[in-house]
Amino acid sequence: MTNDILAQALVYLVAAVVFVPISKRLGLGAVLGYLIGGVVIGPFVFGFVGGEGHHVMRFAEFGVVMMLFIVGLELRPALLWQLRRPIFGLGGMQVLVTALAGAGAAIGVGVALKPALAIGMTFAMSSTAIVLASLTERNMMKTNGGQAAFSVLLFQDISVIPILAIFPLLGVAAARELTDVTAESGRPGWLSALFVIGAVALVIFIGRVVIRPLFRFLATAQLRESFTAAALMIVVGIAFLMESVGLSPALGTFLAGVVLADSEYRHELETDVEPFKGLLLGLFFISVGAQIDFGLVGREPLAIAGIVVATMLGKLAILHVLGRVFGLDRPARWLLAFSLAQIGEFSFVLLSFAVQERIFDPDLANLLTAAVAISMVLTPPMFIILERFVLPRVTDDEADKRPQDEIVAAETPVVIAGYGRFGQMVGRILRANGIPLTILDLDPEMVDIVGRLGIKVYYGDASRIDLLHAAGCAQAKLFVLAVDDKEQATDIARNVREHFPKLEILARCRDRPHYWELRSLGVKRVFRETFGSAYETGIAALESLGYRAHTALRLARKWRDHEEDVLEELGEIWGSGDRDGYFARTRNAMDEAERLMRQEDPKVFVERDAGWDNESLRADPEPTEAAEPS
Amino acid sequence: MRRILIQFAHPVLERSRVNRHLIEAVRDLPNVTINDLYELYPDLAIDVAREQKLLDDHDAIVFQHPFYWYSCPAILKEWQDLVLEHGWAYGSGGDHLRGKLALNAITAGGPKSAYQRDGYNRFTARELLSPWDQTAHLCGMKYLGPFVVHGTLKVATHADVHVASEAYRKLIEALRDDRIDLERAAASADLFTGLDEVVR
Repeated sequence: MTNDILAQALVYLVAAVVFVPISKRLGLGAVLGYLIGGVVIGPFVFGFVGGEGHHVMRFAEFGVVMMLFIVGLELRPALLWQLRRPIFGLGGMQVLVTALAGAGAAIGVGVALKPALAIGMTFAMSSTAIVLASLTERNMMKTNGGQAAFSVLLFQDISVIPILAIFPLLGVAAARELTDVTAESGRPGWLSALFVIGAVALVIFIGRVVIRPLFRFLATAQLRESFTAAALMIVVGIAFLMESVGLSPALGTFLAGVVLADSEYRHELETDVEPFKGLLLGLFFISVGAQIDFGLVGREPLAIAGIVVATMLGKLAILHVLGRVFGLDRPARWLLAFSLAQIGEFSFVLLSFAVQERIFDPDLANLLTAAVAISMVLTPPMFIILERFVLPRVTDDEADKRPQDEIVAAETPVVIAGYGRFGQMVGRILRANGIPLTILDLDPEMVDIVGRLGIKVYYGDASRIDLLHAAGCAQAKLFVLAVDDKEQATDIARNVREHFPKLEILARCRDRPHYWELRSLGVKRVFRETFGSAYETGIAALESLGYRAHTALRLARKWRDHEEDVLEELGEIWGSGDRDGYFARTRNAMDEAERLMRQEDPKVFVERDAGWDNESLRADPEPTEAAEPS
Repeated sequence: MRRILIQFAHPVLERSRVNRHLIEAVRDLPNVTINDLYELYPDLAIDVAREQKLLDDHDAIVFQHPFYWYSCPAILKEWQDLVLEHGWAYGSGGDHLRGKLALNAITAGGPKSAYQRDGYNRFTARELLSPWDQTAHLCGMKYLGPFVVHGTLKVATHADVHVASEAYRKLIEALRDDRIDLERAAASADLFTGLDEVVR
């Protein structure tokens, strides 16, 4: 079975198809799904795949290369320049401090100086693949913490180059001079440096000069797959170029991505490479899972557990402190520390290189390799802990730093809760008519922005009853509930109904179920948030199709009346839980609306009485006989 | 040369048989502005400043509309109520319309015989338009007799409509080019049938 490539591919694909959705469904994320899938199909559970794991991994590492290319595409050079401080400052310090601490700890447990240094440097790496995939999956890339983590990873990728150069010096076989020969190429150092500079220059040249005409030429051919082939060619070519001059291919394609970030073919490249990246990266994660040597883990459980726990805690602590030193806010610090605590895939390379350079023996390397893999598998759970337990606490803390505003004797006729796009529109109409408002919002940024316009918005949680009192709900005439969050809106509506039953509420709702929910709480007037603009677009659409403006308006109003009637009726069916009945009635209502429109549409001459319609009058045989008053 | 403003009001032009041909007959005339009220203000929210500016910029105002219930469609009444402001159109300082001409161009369902003392409508069209006459008078305008297309319920054949359209175009052109005897026109009971008597 293992000899059959198709069967192999099938096993990997099945693992991806089965485990990833389950993992996502359970809220564990796709990355963990791949890793677990790998463990399950690996030699120590089912053994579907075996010794070829290493080769698969080499191949799958290309997913990481592609991911960095895409990351580069999304990172304009200007933005990269902005990150120079976190990359070189934070990243540099992380690698340095972690390497030294790791070496110290290794010496502490009896490892000799040179191997200890190698271990330190190896363990300073984090997993670009898992971390970036996890951050993207959770939409954390753009946060402060996400950017910091990305910067550190970028520096680690860069630092692999000097580390590979230093390793030979640490080995028993270290007869060669660093200045003369770099690690693997056998070229003199100055020539290597020249090659590296030349390669980087070439990448920039290709990105700036060659790719645009190439893609324009391909566009004339109008062949979808030639675009894809060209995108892959660029990535593979650059990776090859980088590898041949001794640079990390991931770094090279990242650079190419950055160069191309400003080009008009950015999206084209991104969509072409994306599926390959996804599949290969998945394969990479699976092979990481499949690689864990559970036999070894079984023989040395304490040693491995000790290495994993000590390393992750140590890295976590160092990252957290560095985050603080570099001025990250609390959630960002925790995100940085939790996300980068594992040891990364570069360590596999470094470890096998260390064995090759005879820095330490294969047994130690195997032990460390197992620790690296386990720490990688533990990363998604770390993210889950971070998300469920750590971030809510530190973020709440953050929000509490800003005390809710004291509302001083608000006595306005109108209270508006939520002053985003929706609330502002309502507020502006009221303000334009000189109606005083008390405005509450829970988004500090919004409070500040609107405040800069000279409008006082109270920062506070409108679901709190004391705040509602302070806002003057007891004497206000109207409460405009315009918060965008569904649950929050429902909470506020419930509290206002309960504590200020006389206060009229105008509420924004998100969708139909939310509409009915608010109605069932006793809110008389609920407005679906996109209804107004969609309704106007509908009218404009009729007008564009040649309907008279007044006719379009009347037809739309007729439709709206029907829609609103049906909405109430559907609410009852929805409330009763009868989903089949709900959809049947919805379909039926659409037919009804269509019939109604046909009756109303003046273009469709239907014999139907309407004030302006003189059809019946025309049909009257004796219009000359006026009804005589008797 | 007079600048003519046609205040056009028809809520369901799609169903019109006469009015839409009348308005098409004058659409291309130079110095004639057609102001399609229902198209401009589908929700009857009239832009008063714009409308007053239009009145200022023209010398003769033609109200073209179907003769609903011996009067005009709703938007034209709304237009009167809002645009003809005190102090602008009438009263002290209200001299913006002074000296301009006004007339109604209407389509009526009943035949001419119905709009007679002894017809079932008991009044002539001109008599029924008295409020318009008086409105114009109060605003210092000269009110001319109406252009009435009668019997649109029954007689709207292609030829009838064609005749009416030609007459309407002739009237508007004559009004614009000052080829009309204003005194006779002011006294006319119907500028459609009596067109030749007033046009020079």
